[in-house]
Amino acid sequence: MQRTNEEWLAALRGSGREAALSDLRQILVRGLSYALVDQPNLQPGDLEDFAQEALLRILDRLDSFRGESQFTTWAHKIAIRVAFTELRRLRWRDVSLDAAVEAGAIDFVPEALVDMQADPEQQVLQRSLLEMLRQMMMTDLTERQRQALAAMLYGMPLEEIARRMGSNRNALYKLLHDARQKLKSRMMDHGLSSEDVMHVFGL
Amino acid sequence: MSDWPWPWLKRLIRRLRFARADRKADAPLVPDKLKTMVRAVVSTRPDEIGCDECFEQLDQFVEMVLAGKNAAEALPLVHDHLERCGDCREEFEALLRVVQQAAA
Repeated sequence: MQRTNEEWLAALRGSGREAALSDLRQILVRGLSYALVDQPNLQPGDLEDFAQEALLRILDRLDSFRGESQFTTWAHKIAIRVAFTELRRLRWRDVSLDAAVEAGAIDFVPEALVDMQADPEQQVLQRSLLEMLRQMMMTDLTERQRQALAAMLYGMPLEEIARRMGSNRNALYKLLHDARQKLKSRMMDHGLSSEDVMHVFGL
Repeated sequence: MSDWPWPWLKRLIRRLRFARADRKADAPLVPDKLKTMVRAVVSTRPDEIGCDECFEQLDQFVEMVLAGKNAAEALPLVHDHLERCGDCREEFEALLRVVQQAAA
């Protein structure tokens, strides 16, 4: 059944609530089947569970819907957040922060990252810039920033890094943003422009 | 870090850039992860938004994309965040698929 945004809000707040909830649940389950099409390890019943959890959040946040999209797009957005949060948690549950940090730090050994196809002069530059970045990471970043950066390099989702660091995704993004800003400004302090650096890495 | 030969490094970069000005096609192939990291650092902007603010506008952004509007121009900070944040990008792509299917 098609509803306008106003009709959805009125129904979910009023007497037509049961019917609206049932319709919305169906819409969310269907949407999740597309959203999670390439996700391995989905269990039977997962879509219904995610949709149920999303419904609770949607009802809880109804007042924050600003009408800048279709109500159903806004609702799908919340269901997707619920589903991905849970799937990331399951996928990474056996990886500790220490393990991710260690693996990510190994990934940043300059020798391992230099492009052996590049000409020798280019390789020297890449190695030098990486060593410079590594030194700056050691001296100019906080321990938490270094940890987060290494875990991110390893490929751990921000949300999972945040969970392990007792933080949340938004705060972790800000922590990493501050770290990047610091590294960038230190590079600029040394007279290296963004263009210089991008050029050395063929960006 | 005082022993680091910065002036030497700078000169070498300039020289190489100059010498290679006409050889753009030879851009070296460095592992993607490193490129991502270096690009992330040097492209850092002071006005980036966080995941919460991006999430706030994600539904609007997706509908603009699907309507063929220039979402990147209308909501540049959302677009910028999606380029940088893997978690948010993954959710953006999923939402795009869903709304696209619903409209089909």
